[in-house]
Amino acid sequence: MIPAAFDYRRAGSADDAFAQLQKLGGDARVLAGGQSLIPAMRFRLARPSVLVDINGVAELDYITMNGALTLGAIARDSAVERASWIGERGWSLIHDVSRVVADPVVRQMGTVVGSLCHNDPSGDWPAVALAARAEMVVRGKDGQRTVPIDQFLVDSFTTAVQEGEMALAVRFPAPDDRTAGSYQKVERKVGDYATAAAAVQVSLNADGTVRGAGIALSSAGPCAVRVTDAEALLKGQTPTADLIRAAGEAAAKQSDPQADLRGSVEYKKNLAGVLVSRGLRQALARLGVQS
Amino acid sequence: MKVSIKVNGVQYEKDVEPRTLLAYFLREDCGLTGTHVGCDTSSCGCCVVVMDGDRAVKACTMFAAQADGHEILTVEGLAQGGALHPLQQAFWDQHGLQCGYCTPGMLMTSYALLKHKPNPSDGEIREELAGNLCRCTGYNNIVKAVRQAAETLQAAPATK
Ligand SMILES: Cc1cc2nc3c(=O)[nH]c(=O)nc-3n(C[C@H](O)[C@H](O)[C@H](O)COP(=O)(O)OP(=O)(O)OC[C@H]3O[C@@H](n4cnc5c(N)ncnc54)[C@H](O)[C@@H]3O)c2cc1C
Ligand code: FES
Ligand code: FES
Repeated sequence: MIPAAFDYRRAGSADDAFAQLQKLGGDARVLAGGQSLIPAMRFRLARPSVLVDINGVAELDYITMNGALTLGAIARDSAVERASWIGERGWSLIHDVSRVVADPVVRQMGTVVGSLCHNDPSGDWPAVALAARAEMVVRGKDGQRTVPIDQFLVDSFTTAVQEGEMALAVRFPAPDDRTAGSYQKVERKVGDYATAAAAVQVSLNADGTVRGAGIALSSAGPCAVRVTDAEALLKGQTPTADLIRAAGEAAAKQSDPQADLRGSVEYKKNLAGVLVSRGLRQALARLGVQS
Repeated sequence: MKVSIKVNGVQYEKDVEPRTLLAYFLREDCGLTGTHVGCDTSSCGCCVVVMDGDRAVKACTMFAAQADGHEILTVEGLAQGGALHPLQQAFWDQHGLQCGYCTPGMLMTSYALLKHKPNPSDGEIREELAGNLCRCTGYNNIVKAVRQAAETLQAAPATK
């Protein structure tokens, strides 16, 4: 299967990529890892007339920790996975997910920012970014702007990146030492999208009550779902087995999946709840709290 | 467009359409048919080649244009001076293949794995090869072969 013909431009820098996108307009697309875009082009689900390849832009290939954890537009899943210090410093959610996105070879090319720009409702990074309350750095006509992830993820395969714009980075705010997370994914086989998946990040107060929780689901609707009800339930409370079960039930309720070969609606909703409870228990265990 | 790609140490200068996928560039423009195309939908791993020394990539999910100026290693580049690469020898010794269709991808993914983790556990080998599908062997002998190659390469690190 061969994609429709297109023009190929290689960007030499982030400025160059942006200038080309501005000049070329609506039909041009950024080529990051290509692991979603190229399959879509082969199936002719996407037919961009021009690709602006950012793979050679060294200034976008970085992972830095400077307060926030910032991943440049060409930071690969595999680079996040290999940076084992990410898990050690409290971003356990991010370390977890970096090991289960797609398969190990796809992760050599696939990028975190590309995945967020793609905004596949079954993708792993959108749910994680919601739970971790990430922000996106977007380059537009009026310069750079920061977009909270809830506003960035607009709808299935749609983001706040407008025509002629590009995303430069994703930023995950620094967790304190009473914060931990967990990513729970059930897939039929390695390399399959989630049947259901839950991203969880919890911060505790010194007295053990929940200061804040981020809880989100993948494969649970037309866009990654923030489980606001579960987040509200947990806030200010001491985590107990009952509370964790209730948070799972809230997630099952808010989950709005579609039936497909991976399972029925009923099964997926139930699974979403189970995975949220499991994620909460693991995040708390990582903080030394048994629940 | 013009691309210049070093494949197994040989520089290939070719004129390609931007939509030419690397797998087809290797097979049709370079005549290197050792890189197989299985699913053609990014799912099976039999087209895996190694880019710039240590990075396993699916050649069916990358344009030849993206490899311009880079180095690619395919299964044809593994054997040196008529001697099989330790990975190839190990697949032979351990019966790590039956029909052989998945084998180039298995070898190249394993090659990159051993660059990053010279002494992987069986679990790590299984994890890293999880995107490479084999319909014949049941995988056990592939894992044994990669272990054997890891041991050989560690004993004689001068081999590449
Ligand atoms: C076999 C297989 C299995 C997979 N399984 C999973 C899975 O289980 N979970 C999962 O989450 N994903 C999965 N994926 C998708 C994979 O993780 C992709 O790598 C990811 O979704 C997209 O990242 P990319 O860098 O490859 O982006 P690309 O494919 O290059 O781009 C995707 C889209 O985002 C746009 N884009 C990319 N970067 C930017 C930018 N900086 N600014 C503006 N627009 C941009 C592109 O124009 C394009 O429209 C799988 C892919 C394959 C091939
Ligand atoms: S042919 Fe490339 S992954 Fe199957
Ligand atoms: S040996 Fe036949 S597919 Fe692996």
